[in-house]
Amino acid sequence: MLVSANENFSSYRVFTAILFRDLTVYFRYRGSWINPLFFILVVITLFSLGFGADSQALRVYSPSIIWVTALLAVLLSLDSLFKTDFDDGSLEQLILSSQSLYLSVLAKILAHWFVTGLPIVLATPLISLILGVSFEVLPEVSLGLLLGTGILSFIGAIGASLTVSLASGGLLLSLLSMPLYVPAMIFGVQYLQDAIAGWPLVPSLSMLIGLLLAAVVLSPLAIMAGLKLSVEA
Amino acid sequence: MFADDFQPTVRRSLLSILIDPINKQLSAVNGLVLDGIGCQKAYRQLFSGVTVSLRAGQGLHVAGSNGSGKTTLLKIIAGLSNDYQGSIGWRCSDELNHVIDKSDLLYLGHLTGVKSLLTPLENLSWWVSLCLPAYPIGSDEITQALQQIGLNSELNTPCHFLSAGQQRRVALARLLLSQQRVWILDEPFTALDHLGISQIENCIKRHQSSGGMVIMTSHQVVSNVELINLNLADYQQRPN
Repeated sequence: MLVSANENFSSYRVFTAILFRDLTVYFRYRGSWINPLFFILVVITLFSLGFGADSQALRVYSPSIIWVTALLAVLLSLDSLFKTDFDDGSLEQLILSSQSLYLSVLAKILAHWFVTGLPIVLATPLISLILGVSFEVLPEVSLGLLLGTGILSFIGAIGASLTVSLASGGLLLSLLSMPLYVPAMIFGVQYLQDAIAGWPLVPSLSMLIGLLLAAVVLSPLAIMAGLKLSVEA
Repeated sequence: MFADDFQPTVRRSLLSILIDPINKQLSAVNGLVLDGIGCQKAYRQLFSGVTVSLRAGQGLHVAGSNGSGKTTLLKIIAGLSNDYQGSIGWRCSDELNHVIDKSDLLYLGHLTGVKSLLTPLENLSWWVSLCLPAYPIGSDEITQALQQIGLNSELNTPCHFLSAGQQRRVALARLLLSQQRVWILDEPFTALDHLGISQIENCIKRHQSSGGMVIMTSHQVVSNVELINLNLADYQQRPN
């Protein structure tokens, strides 16, 4: 009993240590959290300019635009998720730790989401403003992006773990992640369309929540295997 | 009266379970055994049939020319690579136990795991939480270890401002806090000055005298530490 309580405490200590260390690193390297946010705002602004005076069309296509730009923003940032740790040897120490790698991976992805996904969610009012989405559905759109960026981070991390040992794995990372992103993309766009049109949200929302839960629970298993393989090579 | 006698023992046994679950269980272990280790890489047999047994307090110096597989062997022992033949295990009295607990191994590779954006203090505390989570090592002890290894004014300077030797010292400060039984050190003396090398040699000697084992590679002459020599050239297959 005592031993198991102690083990729980150890796992907790490892989890928080990795989470706070990664957040510290991300905040000292500002590009890591400014780049995705800047990317999504620039692309969305360009879209709104590209549609010109046709604000009706922009409103119709805004769910797809939001999702595609969010997906690309997360995908671009994922390359660095395990890369620096691989380059400086921290990844070896992470794998050699007697504590569960599952929790370490969860902590790393959570830290990454805090600096890439969360700024996008917080920028929802600005995104809605640029695309002319009504502020009445702001909570629903924010929730969609909250769940969506979480799914994108967790699923994309599988590709990141497999390509970490390659010198330039960017293209391979997109190729690996794209098929896995398709379900999230379909239900995510469906949810945003429902939200903006004011239709019932329960079906698409429950699909999104289900996808997020599955990604959180299952993707670390694939990521652990991917990381071990990458370190071995 | 009875309670007074009883309390300290209970507390000590509880503490030993809390603090030291691993060493207690391993007190019967008396050696590390490598049995017929071989490894193939890129269709080339690097080495085969490496058989060594290390008793508590002994050290192993893996020698060999560049590309002979020293790092590969160390990674195999550390459990980072599963692509090998043969077996590794603890010898407990007479039987061989093939499960080596990760908390018994300290691995320090070419890549040290020191983050350049973090300070030495942050780097070492992270490693302590990661690899020694069950031990109550406070920030005082971490600071002390860094000072002992020769980093005094640089404790709060991000590591990318430090020299290569100082960065190596940040990684080697782990040895001072280590509770692991086996140290696996890949070229620990790289970029260190003479004083640094003798400090690390003393550290290794202390570890050995307290029953720890060391497996290391080095191109420098290790003069002050008693090590068993293992030349990988002896385990290479001759080309037919």
